[in-house]
Amino acid sequence: MTNGWIDIGNTDLMLIMGGNPAENHPCGFKWAMEAKRNRNAKIIVVDPRYTRTAATSDLFLQIRAGADIAFLGGLIHHAIETGAIATEYVVNYTNASFLIDERFNLPEDGLYSGFDEASKTYDRSTWNYQASSKAPAGPGPAALPPNVAFDPTLEDPRCVFQLLKKHYSRYTPQLVESITGIPKADFLKAAELFCSVRKNGDMKKVATIVYAVGWTHHTFGTQIIRAAAILQLLSGNVGRAGGGVNALRGHSNIQGATDVAGIFDNLPGYLKVPNPTDKDFDAWMTRITPKSSKPGEWDSWNYWSNTPRFAVSLMKSFYGDAATKENGWGFDYLPKVDRNYSWTSIWDEMYKGKVKGVVAFGMNAVAIGPNSHKTIDALKKADWLAVCEIYPDETSEFWKSPGITTEEMKSIQTEVYRLPGAGFAEKDGTFVNSARWLQWKWAAVPPPGLAKLDQEILARIFLRIRELYKAEGGTFPDPILNATWNYTTPHNPSLAEVAKELNGRALADVEDKATNTTMKPGQQLPGFSWLRDDGSTACGNWIWCGSWTEAGALSQRRGTEDPSGLGAFPNWGWSWPMNRRVLYNRASCDPSGKPWDPDRKQIWWNEAAKKWVGNDVPDFKADSAPQDHMGPFIMNPDGVGRLFAPLTAFADGPFPEFYEPMESPVTNALHPLRSQNPVVKKFTTAMDKYGTPAEGYTVVCTTYRLTEHYHYWTKNNPMSVQLVPEPFVEIPAELADELKIRGGEMIKVSSARSSFTAKAMVTRRIKPMLIGGKKTYQIGIPIHGGFRGIQEDAGRIIKQLTNNLSPTAVDPNAFTPEFKGFLVKVERV
Amino acid sequence: MSNGVLQIKAMSGHAGTVPGANTSRDYEVAKLIDVTTCIGCKACEVACLEWNGYPFRETQFDNTYQTMPDLAWNYYNLIRFDEHTTPEGTFQWLMRKDGCLHCAEPGCMMACPADGAIVQYANGIVDFNQENCIGCQYCVTGCPFNIPKFNAETKKVHKCTLCSDRVGAGLEPACVKACPTGCLHFGSKEDMLDLAEKRVDQLKEHTAHKNAGVYNPAGVGGTHVMYVLHDATNPEAYGGLPKDPKIPLLVRIWKGPLKWLGNFAMAGGVVAAFAHFMKFGPKKEHGGEEHADD
Repeated sequence: MTNGWIDIGNTDLMLIMGGNPAENHPCGFKWAMEAKRNRNAKIIVVDPRYTRTAATSDLFLQIRAGADIAFLGGLIHHAIETGAIATEYVVNYTNASFLIDERFNLPEDGLYSGFDEASKTYDRSTWNYQASSKAPAGPGPAALPPNVAFDPTLEDPRCVFQLLKKHYSRYTPQLVESITGIPKADFLKAAELFCSVRKNGDMKKVATIVYAVGWTHHTFGTQIIRAAAILQLLSGNVGRAGGGVNALRGHSNIQGATDVAGIFDNLPGYLKVPNPTDKDFDAWMTRITPKSSKPGEWDSWNYWSNTPRFAVSLMKSFYGDAATKENGWGFDYLPKVDRNYSWTSIWDEMYKGKVKGVVAFGMNAVAIGPNSHKTIDALKKADWLAVCEIYPDETSEFWKSPGITTEEMKSIQTEVYRLPGAGFAEKDGTFVNSARWLQWKWAAVPPPGLAKLDQEILARIFLRIRELYKAEGGTFPDPILNATWNYTTPHNPSLAEVAKELNGRALADVEDKATNTTMKPGQQLPGFSWLRDDGSTACGNWIWCGSWTEAGALSQRRGTEDPSGLGAFPNWGWSWPMNRRVLYNRASCDPSGKPWDPDRKQIWWNEAAKKWVGNDVPDFKADSAPQDHMGPFIMNPDGVGRLFAPLTAFADGPFPEFYEPMESPVTNALHPLRSQNPVVKKFTTAMDKYGTPAEGYTVVCTTYRLTEHYHYWTKNNPMSVQLVPEPFVEIPAELADELKIRGGEMIKVSSARSSFTAKAMVTRRIKPMLIGGKKTYQIGIPIHGGFRGIQEDAGRIIKQLTNNLSPTAVDPNAFTPEFKGFLVKVERV
Repeated sequence: MSNGVLQIKAMSGHAGTVPGANTSRDYEVAKLIDVTTCIGCKACEVACLEWNGYPFRETQFDNTYQTMPDLAWNYYNLIRFDEHTTPEGTFQWLMRKDGCLHCAEPGCMMACPADGAIVQYANGIVDFNQENCIGCQYCVTGCPFNIPKFNAETKKVHKCTLCSDRVGAGLEPACVKACPTGCLHFGSKEDMLDLAEKRVDQLKEHTAHKNAGVYNPAGVGGTHVMYVLHDATNPEAYGGLPKDPKIPLLVRIWKGPLKWLGNFAMAGGVVAAFAHFMKFGPKKEHGGEEHADD
């Protein structure tokens, strides 16, 4: 989230799309209700189904799953056409005025400039800003020009704003209706309501956009979120209380997992991993440290210019004394990421026999990934599998999944290890919530029986591996032998020690000249501005630096003071970065440093003190005066919000363009010959099949979660089972009539991959829609079933996984699978 | 007993606000259910089961998100889900937490013949004392909301207690504590009514719900569980909430004007029995002595 849960209570309008927070985030949804009760805030819900969230909305629109970019593009078009944009904000805080390379082309035919048909990738060198002087570009890969040509009148036909306007001029209400299935009149109602917060450019009101995995689970998921960001930048809603682009994280600590690099192409704190082209540490730093790029008259902090400080401190945290300037801070110890190691690629490679073993820790691999049969077949080929769980789950019992005969079971040679883990209430440590708040929790009960804490399991494995390396050498023992492991109880590190390590500490005297203070060796650092690139500091995750200082664990704070009344609660827990509650909050003020809305004052420029002060920690250079015109988006090298995302930021285009899902009932109304996202590649194993309407797969299927269940765990919990006892398929009443099905009767849903049989929930909450003039049905299936649980074990329900149906097709930027909006057919059983 | 006697004012080692600290419970209490902010998450259902210590049951899929078709003797709190289209053509998915309304004039209590099986506290809570229940189920007949449920095994009737045990100790009912959206409120009847009316005004002024209203039916003297409805003119849409609930006429007549008649008849019976005894003496056993004469 750019903002936070409580901050939703400050909004005037919520566009909830690609998420069902009432269902999946009921506790956080309280703040949406607070906004309704206290501010008369309006809620627009756009979803394939009339959901629990929709039940509280002022306006609900049923959209075809996967048509989100068409809808958001239509809103962008409407906002520009009706002048409901924040002009001063757009000119000063976004790259609207930046001029773009003359060679860059918009995707009239579905392709941006630079597409290579053979490799299905873009040469993105034309997706660049124009330099203010026509100096020829130097050798090497295309880079952003340090001095950007710009036109603050936004009239130059090559400026970002004009290109954006032209690009989305195609997204007319008629086109929106044809693609999304939302009638034009309903779309215009939503557009009017959304744009009402910026009526005639008045800046007082604020709208928030709230989303979850309904936006990410697509082969263009990243671009949906980009479209939302563009809309919010045009509306001047980013950086402001009650505004922002807000991702609701689905698990209690998924934000924390991302922060410490639960992703293959990141290191902790979103540092980009080295790859084989990086010859040494300096080369790696040169590649990943951005250089400032802005109009000459403006300023840009370009905070990522500090990358080497964060990276060296991370290396010191990883390898301690073994990381020296001479050995490039242990650069050789880091794995170099040579290809895609995202979820679907790992299983694809295991299916192909390349990946030989997997540790499934706290996740049910065969159930959560797409195309479950492929995952199960991949595991059959693995040498070993270790599963750490609190229940015997489908993954640890993949070898007896439905359809595997006793004979076949005997032939499966995968060695399965079960590690009894601890549940969330049995562990201490922090959760990082969607609002980026680190909140310490204390264990309620000890793990039962032989179950062990996660860190003990991991530590024991690590220590044994290190012993083996010590005893036997091996190919390259150095990274393992040199890893720091300075815990009081090495086989069971305390999470307090780990948290302190993540915060970071001084290794030598570290001086801050501005405040004339010095941190002594061993002292916990008060914030990431103290990190150094000379090896005098160690820090396990720079964005968490400041969370466990000499003052103690700030994540354990429970202060309930809220002096501003904006729900900032500055003394409750600790949010990264540096306890800032709303990111980019410089943008909550006009260019002169005065809040856009005097009733929701976050920070402001204090001319007397010559610094930024306020109710939140300024997410900005504290002494940068407004007249310096430093951009509020300090993490971008251009300092501004990016309507146009230049160069290599995204694989599939600098503006979001609507593409059909991998399996779709119609061809793309914008460019029928480029229906799908051109850079998305199909997987090619025998298990990867994709269906078409011609083969009878005409119904759009989406998958989701229920409030009564938590993924695949709670089918072991009698309470949750009682509330929703069995899997079902939600189908429109009209489809049921066509198939002569009544609620509660069994139906079979088939995709090109597999089938799923369950009782029908016949409902009027999903209606048939007209897509491209064609009557189209959507259905939905909750994901919670499986073949291990109370009902499954008792033989009361069919043993099967919802994800047997979903395709292996992923977003080209985040590599998230397309669990939503694939094709099926529905039959009565 | 004042509800405030055991109200917690402060707590040791507790960060944050004290649960229920600022809720007045000096007089009549009430629970307010703002249906317009309910998301049907069923946290109240689970909290109710856990607080009352009832076991989990096997349920059946019934083409709905609703846990089961009706309340049960050990399931006091059920969210009813209804798909509804307004006369203006707007589709709605209504979710209403069903359970005892704790009427000011409780039909169940009026119908109940068992001494002390049903009590009404001064704070408005209507509570069943199962040890005094004779299992006649007249309360079921007396309730216009179809709330009390009979346990065929123990022959006792049960329903929501409004957590009289918690309220007596200064706490809010378990369902209110568990509600994540704040659609459940608890406090004095006066405060809740005020809150409800303000919310209704807000809905009328700022939303499309021009028929919003408070459900606090006069036919049962008002209730200590009230609803804010999007459309108070059509409470039936919310899982059959009666529009104008009244204690059944038969119960009113039987327990009202006819009650003296019943008492008179009962007294008459006693008098007649005494007269019979005086005239004919004690009832003789047949057989025995007479046969001995044979």
